[in-house]
Amino acid sequence: MKEYDVVIGLEIHAELKTKTKVFCSCKNEFGSKPNENTCPVCTGMPGALPIINKKAVELCIKAGLCFGCKISNYAVMERKNYFYPDLSKAYQISQLVHPLCIGGQIELASGKVMRLNRIHLEEDAGKLTHISKSVGTLVDYNRGGTPLIEIVTEPDFSSAEEVDEFLKRIREALVFADIANCKMEEGGMRCDVNLSLKEKGSTILGTRTEMKNLNSFKSVSRAIEYEIKRQTEVLNAGEKVIQETRKWDDAKGKNLTMRSKEEAQDYRYFPDPDILPIAISEEDIAKIASEMPQLPQARRQKYVEEFGLPKYDAEILTTSKYISDYFEECTKLLNSPKKISNWIMVDLLKLVKEQEEFVFPISAQHLVEIIKMVEEKTINKTVGIQLLEKVIETRQPPKSLADKMGLLVTISNEQILELLQKLKAENTKVCEDYKAAPEKVVGFIVGYVMKNTGGKANSMLVKQLIPEVFG
Amino acid sequence: MKFEELSLQELVEGITSQKFLSESVVKYFIEQCEKHSDLNAIIEVFDDAIAKAKALDEKIARCEKVGKLAGVPVAIKDIIACKGKKMTCASKFMKDYESPYSATIIKKLEAEDAIIFARTNMDEFAMGSSCENSCYGACKNSHDQTRVSGGSSGGSAVAVASGLCPVAIGTDTGGSVRQPSSFNGVVGIKPTYGSVSRFGIVAFASSTDQAGPITKTIEDNEFILSILAGKDANDGTSIENDFISSPTKEKYTIGICKQLTEKIKQLDTYPQFESAIHAFEKMGYDIVEVDVPHIADCLACYYILTPAEATSNLARFDGVKYTIRSEEAKSLEEVYVKSRSEGFGEEVKRRIMLGNFVLSSGYFDAYYKKAKKLQTLLKQEFAEAFKHCDTIITPTTPGEAFEIGGKIKDPVAMYLEDLFTVPASIAGIPALSIPYAKGKTGLPLGLQLMGAQKSEKTLYDIAKKFKQGGAQ
Repeated sequence: MKEYDVVIGLEIHAELKTKTKVFCSCKNEFGSKPNENTCPVCTGMPGALPIINKKAVELCIKAGLCFGCKISNYAVMERKNYFYPDLSKAYQISQLVHPLCIGGQIELASGKVMRLNRIHLEEDAGKLTHISKSVGTLVDYNRGGTPLIEIVTEPDFSSAEEVDEFLKRIREALVFADIANCKMEEGGMRCDVNLSLKEKGSTILGTRTEMKNLNSFKSVSRAIEYEIKRQTEVLNAGEKVIQETRKWDDAKGKNLTMRSKEEAQDYRYFPDPDILPIAISEEDIAKIASEMPQLPQARRQKYVEEFGLPKYDAEILTTSKYISDYFEECTKLLNSPKKISNWIMVDLLKLVKEQEEFVFPISAQHLVEIIKMVEEKTINKTVGIQLLEKVIETRQPPKSLADKMGLLVTISNEQILELLQKLKAENTKVCEDYKAAPEKVVGFIVGYVMKNTGGKANSMLVKQLIPEVFG
Repeated sequence: MKFEELSLQELVEGITSQKFLSESVVKYFIEQCEKHSDLNAIIEVFDDAIAKAKALDEKIARCEKVGKLAGVPVAIKDIIACKGKKMTCASKFMKDYESPYSATIIKKLEAEDAIIFARTNMDEFAMGSSCENSCYGACKNSHDQTRVSGGSSGGSAVAVASGLCPVAIGTDTGGSVRQPSSFNGVVGIKPTYGSVSRFGIVAFASSTDQAGPITKTIEDNEFILSILAGKDANDGTSIENDFISSPTKEKYTIGICKQLTEKIKQLDTYPQFESAIHAFEKMGYDIVEVDVPHIADCLACYYILTPAEATSNLARFDGVKYTIRSEEAKSLEEVYVKSRSEGFGEEVKRRIMLGNFVLSSGYFDAYYKKAKKLQTLLKQEFAEAFKHCDTIITPTTPGEAFEIGGKIKDPVAMYLEDLFTVPASIAGIPALSIPYAKGKTGLPLGLQLMGAQKSEKTLYDIAKKFKQGGAQ
């Protein structure tokens, strides 16, 4: 049995987050009634012409900036000609010779660098629904003409794990920079896998297959494992891998031939004469770059190295741009990153954990005010959490609310402890009673402290401190 | 009243001053269409035209403000989308197609209160120079019914020449307005590329398609083009072309292209062309020889670029949508192959094959890419030539209208019809054809005036002065 190296390259499609389609003003929306979001342009009516959506171009450039691509100063939309009923014009407007973004790379946790070949802009096709032999197939052009970016990588991957990490990095960045939603289950992100095997250590590439219809991260991994096994078996049996496109069947956990190389199409690409070449100046690129948020990888590094946060905290805080921005806003108001991180991770995230897109129910300013009060010991942590809940409920500023509620501690812990010690020394009966049944004397003890502090002590705090002296 | 004898201005004045009704004018032209149905120029008269004319007359009676083309009936080539109306491109493939939207130029004409009243015959998908490639049968020449009308906008040219409408809109990809205008003795222009929005005009070759008016007079032509032209948000290749406000000159310099001289001298119609040059000389215009070194390669360039684009533009007629779906098809592949075999005519199929060939992998660089380079070169050569003259003149066509059936079996002979018209299409420059002489058999001949980008005003002005002065 020979040993093989695995060579994998990816083609990733992501739907761009634009309000309208890429060549017409129809809504770019998932889940509408069939053919609701269509017009003469996206249904390819004779005579209709495309007008390129500038926002889509901008988002594609943004994606390029996420991964260090070179942004082209001159990009061309081309026609990719092929027949299929979901393609209204019988050509897809895409890019071949002059894509918007060239090159780029992503570094994995292992330090291995995965190179991108390009990122280009194109339109999506419609959707076919096969009903039955008698009824036939229905076509829905809602998705037709929605903007996509295609990210093409170099064949740098050698395992399903690397692919999985890479895809997660891609998704994270695209979602973070507000470029795409990347919901794989809605087809918002799709991945085709090109895979071949070569003899271990050899520089000669083997014959590759292309796998399509991979609709989740899990199915990408499973499909890669399956295809590695399949090709290994073919080669070990002394046979040859056939260059072909294979369709992954997730339910059956295997892939099947879709079309062979002989059936491969000649797409007859040529520049679309309806769309003028796109000129992108350095100023345009600089402007788009200035609107880019810092990406999660860089933020994590900052959180760990500058803020001294544990990696775990950095991961959690960068799961969305919203959380990360909120955290950073707090750190600007109060230089206690770990304390802020704790509050967000323990006390805030649990409030919104079931929600997909959420807003924390308290402003960063108010949260920081509460944290400060705890830090300065004007309230303790437990009271702080009560105050947090009250602020969320009433939307009032924490300080004045705490004041109104009498939560503010003007008597220090030390003073309370001193009074408790004094009581303990003066009144031995209380000590004994406390040991027998604490709940029966707590009220008395609190009353004593309140009496001796003119009612200014925090009763909650007193209750908490009692065990320290009497316990 | 013989309304076809009035100019557009006179028609509009008559209607708006209530000297006569738009309804009468529209009815009159509809009658003319019916009377001359043997020409096969008109495919359909729209049944709501009279009602629209009546509504406009009422508007005028109420003294409401009306547009610059108030009540004027306009015929359109059957390739221009008009909401709710049939549009077939003279192809079996679209026989039942009704457009769900209107072309920008239809909206512009309607905004000026024109009455879009009929659609005219053409070569299928605008491919042809004789109007014989039509699923409705050939359109006949307005001067001799045994001769072709020219094409592809044959129906539009014949309709104007025979008085079936005061103005018709054609489209010109390589000469399709100018050549039939020449064959029927009317005025036709292919404007600067991009001047007239292509939105709503079924694409043949997107990078050279331009709609243009066909009229009896130069003045009418200029008037209509001034309404059609302008940048359109729905057409990314459209440009602003405010030609109408360009200045005119007393005297112009007429260019003769050196590289075409030999070809023109060999023509039967050379004496007529020579006398046109003399007429310009008599007017005191300078005649200069200019160089457009690659002009002779335009035809080859044209028959690579336009089929390539056409192949892709016509791919949407796939048997899945539109009229034709082969009954015999048993698989998806057969739906494509059989429907397209049944639905398209011979000339369209020929160009689809040609286009697919030049775009296919391995041939793309040798044909398409090379032709594109040549196009860039030609644009520069023309720009250079127009530094030395205001217009370059040629005969619009090599000769008079030929006989029906005469060239249909010989595609190359047919393609040579476009020899003089194709260069302006490839270079994207304006070219005007005006009637200027009669041929041997007494049929009209056209003179073509090509100009620099956006120089339509200059071309119209030279043509007007030529008609007034030199032609006497």
